[in-house]
Amino acid sequence: MGEVVFGGILVVFGLTLFIQGLEMGLFPIGESMAHALARKGSLFWLLTFAFALGFSTTVAEPALIAVAAEAASIAAQGNLIAPGEESLNSYALGLRLSVAFSVGVAILVGVLRILRGWPVHFLIIGGYVVVMLMTLIAPEEIVGIAYDAGGVTTSTVTVPLVAALGVGLASIIKGRSPLLDGFGLIAFASLLPMIFVMGYGLLVFG
Amino acid sequence: MTQFILEFGTTLIATFRDILPILLLITCFQLFVLRQPIPHLRRLIVGGVYVVLGLALFLIGLEKALFPVGKIMAAQLSDPFFLTGVEGAPAPTDWTAYGWIYLFAAMIGFSTTIAEPSLLAVAIKANEVSGGVISQWGLRLTVAVGVAVGISLGAFRIVTGTPLYIFIMTGYAIVILQTFIAPKKIIALAYDSGGVTTSTVTVPLVAALGLGLSEAVPGRNPALDGFGLIAFASLFPIIAVMGYAQITHWAGSRKIINAPQGEDA
Repeated sequence: MGEVVFGGILVVFGLTLFIQGLEMGLFPIGESMAHALARKGSLFWLLTFAFALGFSTTVAEPALIAVAAEAASIAAQGNLIAPGEESLNSYALGLRLSVAFSVGVAILVGVLRILRGWPVHFLIIGGYVVVMLMTLIAPEEIVGIAYDAGGVTTSTVTVPLVAALGVGLASIIKGRSPLLDGFGLIAFASLLPMIFVMGYGLLVFG
Repeated sequence: MTQFILEFGTTLIATFRDILPILLLITCFQLFVLRQPIPHLRRLIVGGVYVVLGLALFLIGLEKALFPVGKIMAAQLSDPFFLTGVEGAPAPTDWTAYGWIYLFAAMIGFSTTIAEPSLLAVAIKANEVSGGVISQWGLRLTVAVGVAVGISLGAFRIVTGTPLYIFIMTGYAIVILQTFIAPKKIIALAYDSGGVTTSTVTVPLVAALGLGLSEAVPGRNPALDGFGLIAFASLFPIIAVMGYAQITHWAGSRKIINAPQGEDA
């Protein structure tokens, strides 16, 4: 009981400090960089930034760190991966990197969508179809964690920075409305991880 | 105490490694692509120290509090003695026996969603997009009820052991159907709302609930059945937001119809 109370205090205190730190340093500079890059007009650097932003914010996402570690210990209990610290850590890191990579790709595609003005629902529905196809071939042990990965990734760090990028871009490009086109980035960022994590499962268990 | 300091030290190093990509991204882009000095460098450094310390403390606390609490709640609410009142009774396999679990799951879903700051932000935006037709409180309540129903349905799935994809595919089919009839302006926002409702505190708690439940119910394997609650919690808000927009739209407001349509609409 004492352990739980102590842990609860650590959670509240740690999260407050974490968010305070983000608001002091990362969010303002991330937003101003997103605006500056959108204005600079170089497609290559904008897309590189979009990918790197999605990737690096996802690596730092606390909920994903926690769930990946938990998924690794469950997989070890179920004899899916070898027990032992090293294989647990490499499985958890593999999960996180595939999620981070997929979020990077998602933000890149999402930025292209804003630039080109593609309707968001075609991409989403297309993504759903790919998820369904991947579910058919993916090992069933990975399906649960893959579906969950979509919701886990888009949280404290990723959402504000990615939303700033989307709204910033949409407000600069002529003929785009920030409200209509600025949204939809998060939706990709929760869809692609499912596909990539199922792919990771195919590699590891398949 | 020494153990705690050791644990804190290792977590701190791991956390620093997790933050490193963001730091690299900012410095490289600011110095080499934008070719500007980093503004407010001091604030950024202090903020960075806060982020690393806060994240390390949060992760340690998570291991000590959120995961155990979720698992303990799941284990206690599905305890055969608690459910049947008979000492040493075998764990019931009938899904109707686990009523408390569904109620607890629904309450976690509702309470954490209604308090979610990013949902408030989405509600404010939706109110603007719809020209005031969609009320903030109405939307937040709808999404919270959607998440509550979603997580409780997810708990039902774990108890019965039905494959996850059946539920999620049905959900997708509903979302696709709704996409064609919902007001166009709300679609991107509705898709986004699925991602934002699952926050840093909710995710570990809900994940632990699912894993604990799959360990307690006979015949369930945590590796196969334990995950999936978060998927429910991110799918149902999409349905709820579009449904809410459709109902308010259908209820006869002409504001959306008369508002200028974008090129996607």
